[in-house]
Amino acid sequence: MRFGVVIFPGSNCEQDVVHAAEVLGHEAGYIWHGDTDISGFDAIVLPGGFSYGDYIRCGAVARFSPVMAEVIRFAERGGPVIGICNGFQILAEAHLLPGALLRNRGLKFICTQTTLRVEENSCQWMDATPGTLLRIPINHNEGNYICDPETLERLQGNGQIVLRYCEADGSRAEGGSAPNGALDDIAGICNERGNVFGLMPHPERVVDPAVGITDGAVVFTSIARRLAEVV
Amino acid sequence: MREDLAPELAPQLAVELGLKPAEYDKVVEILGRTPTVTELYMYSLMWSEHCSYKHSRKALRMFPTEGEHVLQGPGENAGVIGVGDGWALAFKMESHNHPSAIEPYQGAATGVGGIIRDIFTMGARPIASLNSLRFGTLDKPRQRYLFEGAVAGIGGYGNCLGVPTVGGEVYFDEAYEGNCLINAMSLGLMREEKLTSAVASGPGNLVLLIGSTTGRDGIGGASTLASQEFDEKAEDKRPSVQVGDPFEEKLLIEACLELLEEGLLVGLGDLGAAGLTSSASEMASRGGVGLDIDVTKIPAREEAMKPFEFMVSESQERMLAVLVPENLEAAQAVCTKWGLRSTVIGTVTDTGRFVVREGDEIVADMPAATLAHDAPIYDPAMTRPAYLDEVQVFDPITGVDHPGCEYVLDDIVLALLASPNICSRRWIWQQYDHQVMLNTVVLPGGDAAVLRIGDTGRGEMTERGVAVSSDCNGRYCYLDPYVGAQIAFAEAARNVVCSGGTPAAITDCLNFGNPEKPEVFWTFYEAIRGLSDACRAFGVPVISGNVSFYNESFGSPIYPTPTVGMVGVMEDVSKHCTVAFKAEGDVVFLLGETENEIGGSEYLKLAHGVVSGKPPALDLELEQAVQATVLAAIDAGLLRSAHDCSEGGLAVTLAECCMAGDLGADIHLDDDLPAYASLFSETQSRIVVTTTPEDAEKLVEIALEREIPYSIIGTVGGARLDIANRASLTLEQLREAWEPALERALAGA
Repeated sequence: MRFGVVIFPGSNCEQDVVHAAEVLGHEAGYIWHGDTDISGFDAIVLPGGFSYGDYIRCGAVARFSPVMAEVIRFAERGGPVIGICNGFQILAEAHLLPGALLRNRGLKFICTQTTLRVEENSCQWMDATPGTLLRIPINHNEGNYICDPETLERLQGNGQIVLRYCEADGSRAEGGSAPNGALDDIAGICNERGNVFGLMPHPERVVDPAVGITDGAVVFTSIARRLAEVV
Repeated sequence: MREDLAPELAPQLAVELGLKPAEYDKVVEILGRTPTVTELYMYSLMWSEHCSYKHSRKALRMFPTEGEHVLQGPGENAGVIGVGDGWALAFKMESHNHPSAIEPYQGAATGVGGIIRDIFTMGARPIASLNSLRFGTLDKPRQRYLFEGAVAGIGGYGNCLGVPTVGGEVYFDEAYEGNCLINAMSLGLMREEKLTSAVASGPGNLVLLIGSTTGRDGIGGASTLASQEFDEKAEDKRPSVQVGDPFEEKLLIEACLELLEEGLLVGLGDLGAAGLTSSASEMASRGGVGLDIDVTKIPAREEAMKPFEFMVSESQERMLAVLVPENLEAAQAVCTKWGLRSTVIGTVTDTGRFVVREGDEIVADMPAATLAHDAPIYDPAMTRPAYLDEVQVFDPITGVDHPGCEYVLDDIVLALLASPNICSRRWIWQQYDHQVMLNTVVLPGGDAAVLRIGDTGRGEMTERGVAVSSDCNGRYCYLDPYVGAQIAFAEAARNVVCSGGTPAAITDCLNFGNPEKPEVFWTFYEAIRGLSDACRAFGVPVISGNVSFYNESFGSPIYPTPTVGMVGVMEDVSKHCTVAFKAEGDVVFLLGETENEIGGSEYLKLAHGVVSGKPPALDLELEQAVQATVLAAIDAGLLRSAHDCSEGGLAVTLAECCMAGDLGADIHLDDDLPAYASLFSETQSRIVVTTTPEDAEKLVEIALEREIPYSIIGTVGGARLDIANRASLTLEQLREAWEPALERALAGA
């Protein structure tokens, strides 16, 4: 399959996503944010980074990039879209996913390994068995997920909370296991249809065995398997 | 020609701008008339210590700068070495001490921005940053503010760029209380054929200013901040600190690399210290040409800016490109695509003169090369400092009461692990993106950072690697600058070697006090001499670097701190080695031999409050043999772990190996030393390595071949670090001391 990775001014993880996809035997290409043609890609990735410097509010400017209208149309037609880190922030700003990402509790940038628990596998981007633990790093200043109580209830009821931060043994600490303070330990959510996935951790960083563990591969292989089934 | 400075007022302005009377006379002699205001500003900046190296230039000639790998030595924005298969690495280290002492976040952030511009100016994509930091002790609120601010600034800038910050070092000592050190190092990767020069050539070619607008920020940064000592007026210099915009810099990286990739430029330079004056005059003098620049063309950030303000502004995130007129349209299209401003501000001429005009009126006109190259070169007076006799005569073995019994030693081991100079640096590196680009093979916390060589997501990935480390123990340099500088080199090399890298070249950042004081200059000269001798012995050249003088506050200089940034290369990055003990039953070797050398040690300072004595001796031949042993053993696949002995001695080294591997060790030291010395001595040329029991014999053979002293000191296993008759601590105790210590110190606890 072929991943299309959008480059906004200030994106900085686009090359990592392309590399990860290629390591897994897939094709990947770049999409400039000013372009409006995204045909020829099976799935769209909004990568990490600091689009427009994260000035004003993370993702608040990037959602107005010309390519975003196409991405929104693609998603509405059921096309698979993933937003990683800054990409998740952009998806939230574009209202493709509910909620918002505040500054980390502690007000510091955090780059560290985290343990995540797979909560649901109805999302097209996650077919691992619920309860599976994944070690995937986070790298952000604004990853503190928040939403109103009704939205949270809906996310929980619909099985849209795909990944939660947890302790190394899979349990959740009483005061929360999210290093950034995220509500309900939320690390990644999908839309109701399951085709749009946003997560703060960086799965592309843990794919290439030459530089470490490979727990992030499942995100890319899940969607590949899913699309192979559909075809 | 504008004549805006009365002959009788000019010398006075010259002094205010930091020029010495003799230097002013030389300006007049070059011009044959009274300089204009703009000219005086330009000369004062370019002839400042920071830009001209007028006090250090002669001493720096001692450095060996050539070697088989060297593609570009000192003299450009960064040095470049070949690392095989047509790949090249550009790297350099630079200080941003004084701005950071006034405003730590922006000072450190723009320090990172500046060094990264030096790297992509060479045509290389920045792939890694390191930083070397020095502050006063953390019991002082101001020092905590400086430290926290600098770390946040380094992260805030580097994270946004998507350049991983992979390593570095930090020390806290009273000597840096009035003058912290922020040294930033950056490495970039390119194909050899992409090597670019900051040169202007081809009369008729255009000068294109790319990036940010120009404002009054940072005016005189190089002269009023970087080239003077601090006093009670330091706070007034806050307006001389620039403010960084990492987003703009990220766009500049991408746009400039695209411009170079498409072959649209003749030369590219960055605007750093002394702004446009420096980059333009250096590019012109390299190309042996003149430049004609009109300041009214420069996009201004503020109104009513004067020509001199345009010429010396240190507004950040600006680049200067020279290109043939036919490429202008294509080049500007690339800039526009990246949302960057680009403006033609002048042309290259064949006159050799640097002409600045404001519209039709000429406001400066001087030979370009005189700015960049005719600064006076000084031969500063040198005197061996009197304090050296006092400290070197002190015998730390008899001069203090050393502890004997085991439980006291346990406490000292824990106290050393909790020392801010030794404890876990997680609090720092967790604020830095250290993984982006997916080439970080060894995460921060080891001896050296290890990176895979590869053009992630754009081109080829390779099996090659690079190991990088920056080091300097300022206390050793204070006690003996010659030996201290050599140890800085040796330790940086040792760290690289423990990771599996073969030392290839260094960059340096030489932080000293006021060079006009003979005692300070002597320490500088001795450090350069020591470093040069070490480089020659190892066959490792200096390919770039930076001198930072005037690191004094209220007349008191910092410890001499010649920071060494060592780069080592690896043919096969998968062979890299780490500090962590790997498996129960592995055999623990000590390569090298412990002597009773506690002068200048962390133990002496922490347990006895003394910074005195002679630093550990360094035998360069032994050091090389020990390092060669480790490299040969790693290459043969024999080593399970390797970790050098440095601050805190063998006890700290063993504790770090245990914690990293989550394994204890059973150690028996049969040296004839008192217990405190065998645990805490900082004898050089020692490396703790482990092998499987089956491979132990083979390692012994290699050690014997190289004729180095070695001993088998124990085995890996259990949940305690047990050093017979000396110390015995559980892994939990070690961690409880080591891991949270920095956070505790910052909490003021």
